[in-house]
Amino acid sequence: MRRPGLDRRPPQTAPPARGFRKALLLIERSTKEAIWDCRMCGQCILHSTGMSCPMRCPKNLRNGPCGGTLQDGSCEVVPEMKCVWVSAWEGSRRLPLWRSHMAHVERPTDWRLQETGSWENLLTGRDRQVPAGWNAGANPRRAGGAERTA
Amino acid sequence: MTEPRSRLHELLLAGEFVVTAELQTSDSADPGSVTRLAELLRGSVDAVNCTDNSAAHAHISPLAAAHLLADDGVEPIMQFVCRDRNRLALQADLLGAAALGVRNIVCMTGDDVSVGDHPEAKPLYDIDSVHLLRIARIMRDEGVYLSGRQLTGAPSFLIGAVENPFAPPLEFRPMRVGMKVEAGAEFIQTQICFNLDKMRLFMARCGELGLLDLVWILAGVFVPSSARGVRYLRDQVPGVDVPGWVIERMEARAPEDQRAEGVRIALEIVEQVRDIPDVRGIHLMTINHEDAIPQVVEGAGLLPRP
Repeated sequence: MRRPGLDRRPPQTAPPARGFRKALLLIERSTKEAIWDCRMCGQCILHSTGMSCPMRCPKNLRNGPCGGTLQDGSCEVVPEMKCVWVSAWEGSRRLPLWRSHMAHVERPTDWRLQETGSWENLLTGRDRQVPAGWNAGANPRRAGGAERTA
Repeated sequence: MTEPRSRLHELLLAGEFVVTAELQTSDSADPGSVTRLAELLRGSVDAVNCTDNSAAHAHISPLAAAHLLADDGVEPIMQFVCRDRNRLALQADLLGAAALGVRNIVCMTGDDVSVGDHPEAKPLYDIDSVHLLRIARIMRDEGVYLSGRQLTGAPSFLIGAVENPFAPPLEFRPMRVGMKVEAGAEFIQTQICFNLDKMRLFMARCGELGLLDLVWILAGVFVPSSARGVRYLRDQVPGVDVPGWVIERMEARAPEDQRAEGVRIALEIVEQVRDIPDVRGIHLMTINHEDAIPQVVEGAGLLPRP
């Protein structure tokens, strides 16, 4: 039993997945690693990124490509690899429902969720937790616009 | 009327065509090394970018450089990259920069350590540039850290971002500007522009997305100093589109004439960039050619600065 205020471990690191949760984790890991080279970030946004796993990006970018993409579309860090975000853009054009999600601003990575199952985190809502400040205030886009034209 | 947060902000609000430039990096602990570099730019540009370990090489801290510039009466733009610091350190430096008189910031991902002189270093990439923009914005406008904890005094600065209109996926780049604006960016400095067709397409698409009323876009212009320099740019700096004509023109000149040819190329780019509607300024960059920046600004008829 976790006692609030005493156990300072993030919930994801304890206890280790057992039983049904472990089975779910194993199924997710084996399928997603095989198909998408998934890195088990525990907060999956594959559908927003044209089914190209953003954690394969050497810079772990979750909001689009850096400025270093080479002219032939390959990665600046690993030139043998196609830029994850070039694949994401191409993939997103083929997704009828989610193509507009490419332009969504994704929340900062919660590094505590590494190696946990994103299916479980989806079901429990754990992957929707964001730091309290992230959504502070009005929509900055509107605020910016008002400021420009004021 | 919006209260300007900085001199740069004031000029942008007034509709001026602004000129910014990148400060050459310093590898010296002598504060004079920074102020001497700034002296070359004083009066020619409206604000000066202090780079953050550019090209993944260690240099003097941009926070220190920006502070030295501000003390010296040259307006700094402090760059923040996500490569070397996690979200705690970045927020600490955002506050610290504001406390030391920095009134303009630019947030970016940063070149990877693999292109630098410490390729064995551990890169952080805790958050990305869009996250950092949003964090800067909530610290400034809402007076809280990302965690939600209250600041006792909010920073005030103009928030900038970068974009590369010249690298794939080209169609996505304007949308990414939209994401950065949504996150908090108020101005954009682009990667080095040699390819004007791509620049025009980028601006047109930003216009279609309705972004040009929300964000000021400054075009990046490089002043070449030698044929070797432009080849370095093409081969060693990821993401820069250097067309063949630039290299051919530089190589066609004798080494002693290459600096003058570089200024001519930059002037041609500046002239064409100014013809693109809604480009609101230029951001000048060079490698070891800082005395050329005043020449370009003067040659383009942009002196005196307001």
